[in-house]
Amino acid sequence: MKTAIKCAAAAALIPDGASVMIGGFMGVGSPHRLIDAMVARAIRGLTVIANDTAMPGRGIGKLISAGCVARVIASHIGLNPETQAKMISGEIEVELVPQGTLVERIRAGGVGLGGVLTATGLGTPVENGKEVIEIDGNRFLLERPIRADFALIAARQADYVGNLEYTLTAHNFNPVMALAADVVMAEPEHIMPVGVIPPDAVKTPGVLVDHLLERAV
Amino acid sequence: MAAMDPKELIARRVAQEVQPGSLVNLGIGLPSMVATFIAPDLGVFFQAENGVIGLGARPPEGMEDEYLTDAGGGFVTAVPGAASIDSAMSFGLIRGGHLDMTVLGGLQVDGHGRLANWMVPGHMVPGMGGAMDLVSGARRVVVAMQHSARGASKIVPECTLPLTSLRRVDLVVTELAVIRPEPDGLHLVERAPGIGAEDIVAATDAALIVPRDVPEMAI
Repeated sequence: MKTAIKCAAAAALIPDGASVMIGGFMGVGSPHRLIDAMVARAIRGLTVIANDTAMPGRGIGKLISAGCVARVIASHIGLNPETQAKMISGEIEVELVPQGTLVERIRAGGVGLGGVLTATGLGTPVENGKEVIEIDGNRFLLERPIRADFALIAARQADYVGNLEYTLTAHNFNPVMALAADVVMAEPEHIMPVGVIPPDAVKTPGVLVDHLLERAV
Repeated sequence: MAAMDPKELIARRVAQEVQPGSLVNLGIGLPSMVATFIAPDLGVFFQAENGVIGLGARPPEGMEDEYLTDAGGGFVTAVPGAASIDSAMSFGLIRGGHLDMTVLGGLQVDGHGRLANWMVPGHMVPGMGGAMDLVSGARRVVVAMQHSARGASKIVPECTLPLTSLRRVDLVVTELAVIRPEPDGLHLVERAPGIGAEDIVAATDAALIVPRDVPEMAI
């Protein structure tokens, strides 16, 4: 049995300078109420690990606009001109990672693997500074695992023990990130008694969830 | 017949490459037009890398749902038999060789058949998104792009822009030509209606291998 906490209380637990994985793909499946609370508490110096930085005024884009972010590890920032401008001005450091490599690096961090070997990125700027390993005559880049202090994820539905169910394209990075951080905060749209989510529909078991955020009223 | 819009011509020709029953990922922009020209009874499933297999057309006005979107963030529908998946499964399909075909736009393709399509240093640094995974992992890579940009050929001897992958793409379709990169170079395999092989050679900076007879696209 978990206790639901308020978004402001959750945001207060995240210190300035923390590394945070944030679920979502162009804002779809991001923990929007928690992001609003982080902006409201004027958090600073975050390292954000996410697929993208959405767009100004939406999802992670709000953290970018509000000056909360020092560093971004993402696969795409093309639809957020503010992220690009702050990268060029030097306000935000950006590491661009191929999307499939990003999800596998996070997965590696979450499941105790020492790294990922992949052909993606060979012969491109992604290769710079990385070890190339040959296995059975094929060349691979060694990509290192990623973990974070916090994973901030969104779900369609939680139950009282924190089991999570997702919907359609709002899955994206959320289930993977739930394994790869020291503290996992989940923002569900609905919180239901145990039994409403059938065991087969649980994509993130409640044992991974440290904080369940109060649902929107 | 009035001259067809160049992008429509490219999309129609690429659509002929799509095999019945296959799993296909279409890039944003011109490549996404290809879906318009695929017969619904072909049993093709389109994947959007943000997490759908079985992407459908735009929903009716007022019926859009924020949880059913494509990789560009646009509202979509799902066809019967569709599945929703997370990013690890989505890229497992792409990188593990389970995706039959991807169609991507291009900034440059070079004489080795290598694609550059994700950044212009100093101008455009959007990030590669899923492009590097798609080109490295899909079973078949088709580039759908206009032949030239601002009067300059996009098919060049060596890419001057950062590569997307070392992998040789399988086919390049432009409004002038269909070109098949092979280990020995770029083969001109078809020409657009009303375009001569010599016009294509003149419009292309990279060397082309031109057979005696170049058939016209069947559009």
